Amino acid sequence: MSNVLILADFVAEKCTKSTVELATAGAGIGEVTALVLAPVGKGAAFAASITQGPITKVLVIESDDFARHGVAAAADALAHVTQELQPAGVLVVSHAFGKEVAGRVAMKLKIGIITDAVEVSTDFTATQLVFGGSTTVHSKVAQGCAIITVRPNTITANFVAATPVIENTTAPISDCSKKATLTSSEPPVQGGRPELTEANIVVSGGRGTNGDFAAVEAFADSLGAAVGASRAATDAGWYPHSHQVGQTGKTVSPALYVACGISGAIQHRAGMQTSKMIVVVNKDPEAPLFELADFGVVGDLFTVLPPATEGVQARKA
Amino acid sequence: MKIAVCVKQVPDSWAEKKMVAGLLDRATVDAVLNDLDEYAIEEALRIAEAHGGNEEGGANTVTLISMGPERASEAIRKGLSMGANDAILVSDSVLAGADAIVTAEVLANVMWKGEFDIVICGTESTDARMSVVPAMMSEKLGCAQLTFASRVEVDPAAKKVSITRVTEAGVDEIYGEFPCVVSVVEKINEPRYPSFKGIMAAKKKTIDVRDFASTGAEFTKSWSVVVDAAPRPPRAAGVVITDDGSAGQKLVDFLLEKKLI
Ligand SMILES: Cc1cc2nc3c(=O)[nH]c(=O)nc-3n(C[C@H](O)[C@H](O)[C@H](O)COP(=O)(O)OP(=O)(O)OC[C@H]3O[C@@H](n4cnc5c(N)ncnc54)[C@H](O)[C@@H]3O)c2cc1C
Ligand SMILES: Nc1ncnc2c1ncn2[C@@H]1O[C@H](COP(=O)(O)O)[C@@H](O)[C@H]1O
Repeated sequence: MSNVLILADFVAEKCTKSTVELATAGAGIGEVTALVLAPVGKGAAFAASITQGPITKVLVIESDDFARHGVAAAADALAHVTQELQPAGVLVVSHAFGKEVAGRVAMKLKIGIITDAVEVSTDFTATQLVFGGSTTVHSKVAQGCAIITVRPNTITANFVAATPVIENTTAPISDCSKKATLTSSEPPVQGGRPELTEANIVVSGGRGTNGDFAAVEAFADSLGAAVGASRAATDAGWYPHSHQVGQTGKTVSPALYVACGISGAIQHRAGMQTSKMIVVVNKDPEAPLFELADFGVVGDLFTVLPPATEGVQARKA
Repeated sequence: MKIAVCVKQVPDSWAEKKMVAGLLDRATVDAVLNDLDEYAIEEALRIAEAHGGNEEGGANTVTLISMGPERASEAIRKGLSMGANDAILVSDSVLAGADAIVTAEVLANVMWKGEFDIVICGTESTDARMSVVPAMMSEKLGCAQLTFASRVEVDPAAKKVSITRVTEAGVDEIYGEFPCVVSVVEKINEPRYPSFKGIMAAKKKTIDVRDFASTGAEFTKSWSVVVDAAPRPPRAAGVVITDDGSAGQKLVDFLLEKKLI
């Protein structure tokens, strides 16, 4: 049976849902080995946080170079393990870090790379949605084993209990990969809500909030949703940049995206267009985002959202 | 300092795009300078200006480097009118349809020969949207990767560059030495508009057009291929209502109907 190697993804030392999605995609093709890159002394804890997903084996590499040298060191380790295991393909999460690691591995091993896949078939044909989701593309790697980055929240995760064999191994980190050095690292502020790219529902606010995100947050909390923002809102300092949705922010594909006081500039659409269901609340009936709306309300977000929030809460009570 | 900026000509983001034979049909759409690369040009100019300038006789040069069709010189001209000194355009029919790996291979070879101290890129091209070329170049060049920078500080005497990296993983402070590959996020600066003087001066600046063979790059073949491409069915038209006081409740009804609550 063929092997699939996945690079396990962690936030705050915990395995993410995206990792389970990678494992699910991989398990459709072969036996899944997850590579864990951890600081010295943390390998066992990182591996232990992999509790779900169809994962057969976990390979743990401990090194402080991962925290010190970031992307380049991770790429060295992933390339080394890829050469050792000779998997049929390698799957990595499609975020900035994952894409850069995959890019370096592809260059190093001279293998083809595909980014932002929303589906991976048994012969490693990847499905991508391009041009703002208007076109479906199927791509294949023509040389070497495929390295594919998979967009979070697009593959339905199989949350079976994971009971993998855990093994420790090592990988050399080259001097070239130590040329960039991290002096400090601050994790993003989570604030108790689900992570944007993993959330099933995202409620976003734009310039229309005029800086007051309370109504947006209250509606998000009633739905157990993550809160997003347009660039107008993050640039104004109303919401942290890490919550920006769009071309230069995050790409989200939730089951439901609710845009409040957001006009729908192409750069914003680039980050939310592939959401399964889109709701738009905007005062201006001409706002371009209404073109994408499954359900649109022409109205003031400050008068529409509070009764909607109460309505959702009433359903839950 | 010798500073290089990688700039790409891309189809206008507002343009209707279509695929022909597995490739983006670039002939029928307006082409512009990738707007994220304007931030890279601006940052290069600011770095040069902070350390002795890049005018005639200045201490620095800013060279634009691009791979693309001959037509890409239009986009390059815009960068030159912002204030870059000169440009190199690798243009060759063998490179048509090149993927990110080939692009990085070619650009890295140009960097190598040019002996640049700092290479600055945008974080992504608005057409490919891969955000991998800068990382691939730094891998190929074996130099420091300082990407997704919201702040870049250069110490020419110490040949040191430090950046603040902002990604979904948080905020990192990173440093490295010359030569290095930097990419900048759009929060870093506000790109200048070309002045009339700049536009006139740009007409006289050199764009050195090179073929593939002269770069010394090893391969042209893309390792990823498009099998097929098809337009997706447009989103089914939705319902738009005007709030008469009951829209909040109607929104809840909609969510219930779609089983989202
Ligand atoms: C290089 C580059 C990268 C970019 N990247 C991104 C990105 O990643 N993400 C992003 O979002 N943008 C991005 N942008 C910016 C983008 O072009 C738009 O400027 C931005 O998305 C606008 O945000 P907005 O919709 O909140 O504001 P506006 O366009 O000002 O829209 C505000 C909307 O709110 C409505 N409104 C006002 N008051 C109310 C109210 N009380 N109730 C209901 N509706 C109300 C108005 O009718 C209007 O439609 C980028 C731009 C550039 C140049
Ligand atoms: N053909 C190209 N010519 C010059 N620079 C490029 C080219 N393709 C990508 N780049 C650079 O790499 C960055 C990231 O592009 P990408 O990885 O394609 O999203 C861009 O912002 C450019 O700075």
